[in-house]
Amino acid sequence: MSFIEYGDTIKDGDTAIVFLGHESMFPVKVQHGTVTQTKYGVIRHSTDLIGKKYGSKVTCSKGGWVFILHPTPELWTMNLPHRTQILYSTDISIITMMLELKPGSIVCTGSGSLSHALIRTVAPTGHLYTVEFHQQRAEKAREEFREHGVDHLVTVTNQDVCKNGFGVSNIADAVFLDIPSPWEAIGHAKSALKTEGGRICSFSPCIEQVQRTCLAMEEYGFTEIKTLEILLRVYNVRTISLQIPDLGKAAEDNSGTGFDSSNPSNQGSPGANLQQGTVQFKSGVPLREMVGHTGYLTFATKS
Amino acid sequence: PGARIREGDCAVLKRGEVFKAVPVLRRRKIIFEKQWFYLDNAIGHIYGTTFEVTNGGNLQPKQDVEETTTETKEAGTDNRNIVDDGKSQKLTHDDIKALKDKGIKGQEIVQQLIENSTTFRDKTEFAQDKYIKKKKKKYEAVITIVKPSTRILSTMYYAREPGKINHLRYDTLAQMLTLGNIHAGNKVIVMETCAGLLLGAVMERMGGYGSIIQMYPGGGPVRAATSCFGFPKPYFDNLHEFPLSKVQSLLSGTFSTETLPSDPEDNALVEEESNGLTEEKQTSLQETEEEPTTEAPMEINQSEEQETMDINAEDVEFKENKEKENKENVREKQMKQWERRKKLTETAALLREKNADGLIVASKFHPTPLLLSLLEFVAPSRPFVVYCQYKEPLLECYTKLRERGGVINLKLSETWLRNYQVLPDRSHPKLTMSGGGGYLLSGITVVLDKGKSDSSGLEALKMEEPSPKRCKVQDLHC
Repeated sequence: MSFIEYGDTIKDGDTAIVFLGHESMFPVKVQHGTVTQTKYGVIRHSTDLIGKKYGSKVTCSKGGWVFILHPTPELWTMNLPHRTQILYSTDISIITMMLELKPGSIVCTGSGSLSHALIRTVAPTGHLYTVEFHQQRAEKAREEFREHGVDHLVTVTNQDVCKNGFGVSNIADAVFLDIPSPWEAIGHAKSALKTEGGRICSFSPCIEQVQRTCLAMEEYGFTEIKTLEILLRVYNVRTISLQIPDLGKAAEDNSGTGFDSSNPSNQGSPGANLQQGTVQFKSGVPLREMVGHTGYLTFATKS
Repeated sequence: PGARIREGDCAVLKRGEVFKAVPVLRRRKIIFEKQWFYLDNAIGHIYGTTFEVTNGGNLQPKQDVEETTTETKEAGTDNRNIVDDGKSQKLTHDDIKALKDKGIKGQEIVQQLIENSTTFRDKTEFAQDKYIKKKKKKYEAVITIVKPSTRILSTMYYAREPGKINHLRYDTLAQMLTLGNIHAGNKVIVMETCAGLLLGAVMERMGGYGSIIQMYPGGGPVRAATSCFGFPKPYFDNLHEFPLSKVQSLLSGTFSTETLPSDPEDNALVEEESNGLTEEKQTSLQETEEEPTTEAPMEINQSEEQETMDINAEDVEFKENKEKENKENVREKQMKQWERRKKLTETAALLREKNADGLIVASKFHPTPLLLSLLEFVAPSRPFVVYCQYKEPLLECYTKLRERGGVINLKLSETWLRNYQVLPDRSHPKLTMSGGGGYLLSGITVVLDKGKSDSSGLEALKMEEPSPKRCKVQDLHC
């Protein structure tokens, strides 16, 4: 198993995802002799995990059960220990497509927030050059990539991207900037990008940052400058029952017209009443609250 | 070094936000954005080059001319004194046409329009900017030739022919590729009626590694958009296809390669199970097996044509040759049929392994029957994602999947997309935006618990109820 290649059975040393239920999961490092506590009880790695198929149901000591899933960058993004501000899959999806990333692509980024997703996309022949300002974080990142078996696809450089750039020139197919002052790195981005057709993306929460970045992109001769934002709307599938109001009867002792639930001809009609006086239907109900803003995405082409 | 435009490529013409895919062929008249021209001169240039259309209908690389913005522009403060009577432009339609006919470049025409506008210098700087941009857009006919990619083709199709792709908006497509964890080395099942756009996008993200099985309705898959991508031939070596009409038989174990959907005229060689060949079939197979390389490949027409062809009965030699040609025709046809059946059998075997790494569906059909059947071919702990232009079918699909079991993390979603104009002191969202880009239902497969009928109900309850408490984790090794 690895983040870039599927495996069938759980092995010692794997990173697996324990799925407990709706929106509830966490990663574990599979190791002989170890146990993992969950609210349903204990999971013993040696007997419950190792050798089992990914996707299997595992019964925990208290009787409840969980599913063990193969890791993917998307699941990892939802569950990783947050060291920096992270990008979620919705933004990552459009970034990947707009930067035209694919196997073999060379990408440069100014932060580690979407490394796993990028590595997965450019594998097995591409490469990710990521620049990390913070020395400790750079080390931790290198360690993590080693553990996940992807270190041959990524180079972590510890420097300030705004001052010293990405450490490569004229070879990148794409550059992704997720830093506070991206306009300061546009020049470096340009020199890292291949001569013609390279793509750049900058992610900024504030419109002022976007304005400065767009100006810088224009100054450095980038074309096709486009800014957009993308938001995810999720719907919960629910069966809803609505009560029929009592509007009384037209006249005394009449069988009544219209929507009368006691009228036998109404039984078995679509929206059938389970109990008297209600109509049931399936609905995709939006969440009460949703993410209203993550950041503005600005794309451009080096020409 | 950038890729160069070559004859035979599929290239995309771009002018502003307008795209059009065209084949690069010599002496082929192209009409794009009210202009017509030949692509001949573009051949050999790097993709991304911008061209101007000359009077003769030829393309010429645009020279980067410096904008003459050094002169301090006179501008007003507001529009209180500007009267919009339609008379402020002194050049008439005929004047402008005369300029165009003289071969005056677009840039110069715009300059002329500015000089001949009585109200230009009264406009605010912003209004002047907007005016110039508008005129440039109209009169400066520059075309960029870009290399096709998912980004470009999905944007193009959504703008030009959304009906062909079931109104799958490009950001929705982007989500599908990520939700489906499409990457090199996968074995993916694709079912789409989007002219082959989704298939192309999947192929791009797999880079030729791994394998794809495309399920198709009717006689054969439509891959019009796929050919636009310009993938190298090896990419197609691991692209398989399988007819939907055979899915039920494959699932129930009664699959045979009798009468392929695309064989209308053939007399189908009746077969038993694909693994039990009759003697007849065996000998004819042997025949075709021996002959293929020794036969000279001929331009063979349909067998009906031969029957209607005039044969000079007195010309015996001619007749003999015709007979020989007939035999070769039949053999070649048999060989093609045999090839098709062989491929179909191979693909069926791939599906029977039930170990696909993902399922991705975007079609005009109701999603429920597709999902319920095609999920059988997917391994556990793998993602699936289905697109539908409408929400309601996915509500039903969700419910049916819950009843079936073997899926978790079901999510029904859509993405909201907004474009922005970013200019100093003039930044705001653009005036129009897409009203909807379709809906996605995604999830992850798990081992299907066929034994206990109770558990699926419990599972459904467990999975649907939001669990507010996070579990206590004491042993995290990550």
